[in-house]
Amino acid sequence: MKNIIEINHLNKTFGDIKAVQDLSFRVKEGELFAFLGVNGAGKSTTINILCGQLSKDSGSVNICGSDLDARPDSIKRSIGVVFQNSVLDKELSVRDNLASRAALYGIKGKDFQNRLEELANLLEFKSLLKRPVGKLSGGQRRRIDIARALLHKPKILILDEPTTGLDPQTRNLLWQVIGNLRKDENMTVFLTTHYMEEAADADYVVILDAGRIAAEGTPLELKNAYTGDFITIYGEDEEQIKKLDAPYKPIRDAFRVSVANTAAATELILKYPEVFKDYEITKGKMDDVFLAVTGKNLIGGAEK
Amino acid sequence: MTGLGALIKRNIKLYFSDKGMFFSSLITPVILLVLYGTFLKNVYDDSFRSALEAAGVSVSDKLINGCVGGQLVSSLLAVSCVTVAFCSNLLMIKDKTTGAKRDLTITPVKPGTLALGYYFSTIFSTLIISLTATGVCFGYLAVVGWYLSVGDVFALLLDVLLLTLFGTALSSCVNFFLSTDGQASAVGTLISAGYGFICGAYMPISSFTEGLRKVISLLPGTYGTSLLRNHAMQGVFDEMSSLGFPTEAVEAIRDGVDCNIYFFGNKVEQSEMYLVLIASVAVLIGLYIVMNVVAGRKKRR
Repeated sequence: MKNIIEINHLNKTFGDIKAVQDLSFRVKEGELFAFLGVNGAGKSTTINILCGQLSKDSGSVNICGSDLDARPDSIKRSIGVVFQNSVLDKELSVRDNLASRAALYGIKGKDFQNRLEELANLLEFKSLLKRPVGKLSGGQRRRIDIARALLHKPKILILDEPTTGLDPQTRNLLWQVIGNLRKDENMTVFLTTHYMEEAADADYVVILDAGRIAAEGTPLELKNAYTGDFITIYGEDEEQIKKLDAPYKPIRDAFRVSVANTAAATELILKYPEVFKDYEITKGKMDDVFLAVTGKNLIGGAEK
Repeated sequence: MTGLGALIKRNIKLYFSDKGMFFSSLITPVILLVLYGTFLKNVYDDSFRSALEAAGVSVSDKLINGCVGGQLVSSLLAVSCVTVAFCSNLLMIKDKTTGAKRDLTITPVKPGTLALGYYFSTIFSTLIISLTATGVCFGYLAVVGWYLSVGDVFALLLDVLLLTLFGTALSSCVNFFLSTDGQASAVGTLISAGYGFICGAYMPISSFTEGLRKVISLLPGTYGTSLLRNHAMQGVFDEMSSLGFPTEAVEAIRDGVDCNIYFFGNKVEQSEMYLVLIASVAVLIGLYIVMNVVAGRKKRR
């Protein structure tokens, strides 16, 4: 897979605040890339630079083979953005909103009608076309935001916390649509999210802390590097668990034993087979990775 | 210029569908109508009548009504062209506060096209309202006393166009620096409340103190109001002259209703008023372009 985004030694300061410091990473074509960090970690600054909304102090940004400084317009045609909050015109109807934005990419007349129909079917909003955006529910509005980002068939879809505050049904629809787009059109998805279970599905994860990369890798690599495994043992009393000589935590109807890795878990099972009658082994979660890497929990974007 | 037409269409639709923005731009004309309806009409009516009676001439009600109506119409149009332009152009700030500006600037559209989109849509929105108001005003004058020639009608339309261009250019330069709802509402309120006074729409400039008159004579909008006055009332003055009114009496009335404007003691001719207005529009548009270019360069750095 070739790199669709290449960022090298990116720096950006606001007065005395170093928002982004020597940031370098690659995003491969067609992958789901997760960009994590608490508020103020530098995620939005990086996204704003990628979208040409903010100038950089130094470094280089190459998107779809074009340098951001040399060919910003071509890059803008390759990127679709779903902002954290809806930025469509609340007073205008869904159709008027999408028509006005599509025209800015030169999509008009029959081409627009065709694209609108495709998107309305894909995101199930045909019945909403005449309604003002301001009168839509949060989930409905999110679907229109995504349609707006997809109007010009971008190669890269940037999702800035797209599912915050959405009901599970809309969340599922959103991920289903994004999954299909990745599969059918090889679309690259650049995601920032506060939901760690969404990051766990990513192909590659970069964790930012104070403007720098604190950790990066596939979710599996990160889990292996920053968290251990957990064995959840059911139906045993605490005395039996103590025999294992490993840190543990009682939970409602079981004990959760921490081990360094899956090999260590296997060793314990072989050593004390009588304790392991009903059990399961799980990897650490992305929340654990995030906590281990940054020392912070990522709950609603705020540092905890 | 990809998307300019779409931006203009979007901005005009937004202005007319945002009730807050639409109605706030009509505050000043409504205040003016209320002032005339409640007492200003009677005050002017009485003052004309008593001045003319003192001069020993009697006039028909139609002529008096045409005179007072001309004053109302010119005041109304003078404030509408500028306050509607300011309020319509508040969209420039609203787009910043709602985040819509970000959505527009992630497209390949050039910043200059965005700026032109705001400029032209403000002109169109303001013209829609101002020309509608002009039509209603003509209707009103036709009922109370019509003394306009065809030339006056076209001159009035030209004045409305020029004042709209002036209001749009001025509001573009002022609104360019604003970025919060608070600033937008402060400017909107200030213009809605204050412009009627400084352009001589609520009270004739001639009734202000000399110092204030000198300050007001430095503002280009004053000449726009005066042009409208001249063209809305010229027919009435011609009728007065043809009825044998002394020239001094007619000139005194023209002075009293700001048809004659004096710049530090020198009477300003109508051609000079046009020149001031056109030059102001050109300078303000130039300034707006420079501001956009400088902002664009700053962003790229």
